[in-house]
Amino acid sequence: MDTQLDLWEVFIQSKIGAHHVHAGSVHASDAQMALQNARDTYTRRNEGSSIWVIPSKFVTASTSDDADMFFEPANDKIYRHPTFYVMPEGAKQI
Amino acid sequence: MVNQSDLFKYLLHLGDNALIHSYRLSEWCSRAPFLEEDLALTNLALDQIGRAQSFLKYAGDIEGKNRTEDDLAYKRGERQFYNHLINELPIGDFAYTIAKQLILSTYDVLLFSALSNSTNETIANISAKSLKEVRYHFVHARDWCYRLGLGTELSHQKLQNGFNEIWMFTGELFETDDSYKDLVANGVTIDPSSLKVKWLENISEVMKKSNIIVPNVDYMQSGGMKGIHTEHLGHLLSEMQYLQRAYPNAKW
Repeated sequence: MDTQLDLWEVFIQSKIGAHHVHAGSVHASDAQMALQNARDTYTRRNEGSSIWVIPSKFVTASTSDDADMFFEPANDKIYRHPTFYVMPEGAKQI
Repeated sequence: MVNQSDLFKYLLHLGDNALIHSYRLSEWCSRAPFLEEDLALTNLALDQIGRAQSFLKYAGDIEGKNRTEDDLAYKRGERQFYNHLINELPIGDFAYTIAKQLILSTYDVLLFSALSNSTNETIANISAKSLKEVRYHFVHARDWCYRLGLGTELSHQKLQNGFNEIWMFTGELFETDDSYKDLVANGVTIDPSSLKVKWLENISEVMKKSNIIVPNVDYMQSGGMKGIHTEHLGHLLSEMQYLQRAYPNAKW
C-alpha cells in the first residue's frame, strides 16, 4: 500500500520582485499542509519571502524522447544569442 | 524597581517552559510520522530553544552571579525548575503531542501578546519576537487538529484521548503565586488568570470544529511554580544534563 501523501512542487521567491524558483517537492494531504511543509523544509534559513505550492500531478513534463526534437535545433543558431552588440556604457543588466 | 528575586524566578519560569517544551519536541526528531513533519516539529523545538536561551540569559543577568544560560539550563536540579508541568509530560503518540501543542500555543499567543506590552523592555522585546513564532505554532497545531479530528475514526479517537489525558494539566497555566504580585503591580507581566476566558474560547472553537469534546475535569494538577514536578522531569533532566554532570564544564 502506498502510504505516502500527495506530492507537491515547491517554488520559493527569495526576495520581493524576484521569480519564484523551483526548490523541490514535499508530501502533504492538502494545500495548507503543503505550504507549511514547504515553509519548514525550504525556508528555515531565511531563503524565502513567498512560497507557491502546486500539486505535482498538474505538471506536464517533456520526455527524454522529445529531447532531439525540442532542443537540438537550437544548438547551431548562435545568432539567437545577443552577443553581437556592443554593451552600452553604464548598462548593468541587459 | 521590582523585586529582583521575583523577576529572576519569573524569568526562569518563562525560560524553563520553553526549554522543557523544546526538549520534548526534539524527541520527535527521526520519529515523526513522515519526513516533512519531522522537520516541522523540530523547527518548533528550535524556536522554543531560542526563546529559552533569551529568557535564561536575561535571568542570569538579573541574578548577577555570573551564571550563563547554559549554567541555568544544565546545572539546576528539578526543584529549581519552575516550568508548568504540562511541558515535561512524555511526548505520547502524535495525536497527544498535537493536543499538547494546541493547548500551549493557544496559551502562548495570548501570553506573548500581553507580554509584548510589558514595562520591562527586555521581556517586551523577547515576547514580540516569540509572538511571531507561536502564531505559527498555533496554526500548525490547529490544522493538525482539524485533520486528525475530522480524519478517520481512529485519528479522532486518539486526538480525543490526548486532550482527555492532558486536560488536568491546563489549570496550572492560569495560576499565580506570591512572586507575581509585585511584577503584576508594576506591569512587568499580567495575571495569567486574566487569559483563561479567552484561552478557553479560542481553543474550544478549534476543538469544536475538529469534533472534539472539551473534557470536563474536576481536579487540576499543579506545582511547577513551587518546583514540585511530576516524576517525568527528573528523568528528562538526567538525560539532558548528563554531559555537564559527568564532565563538568566540558566544551566542544
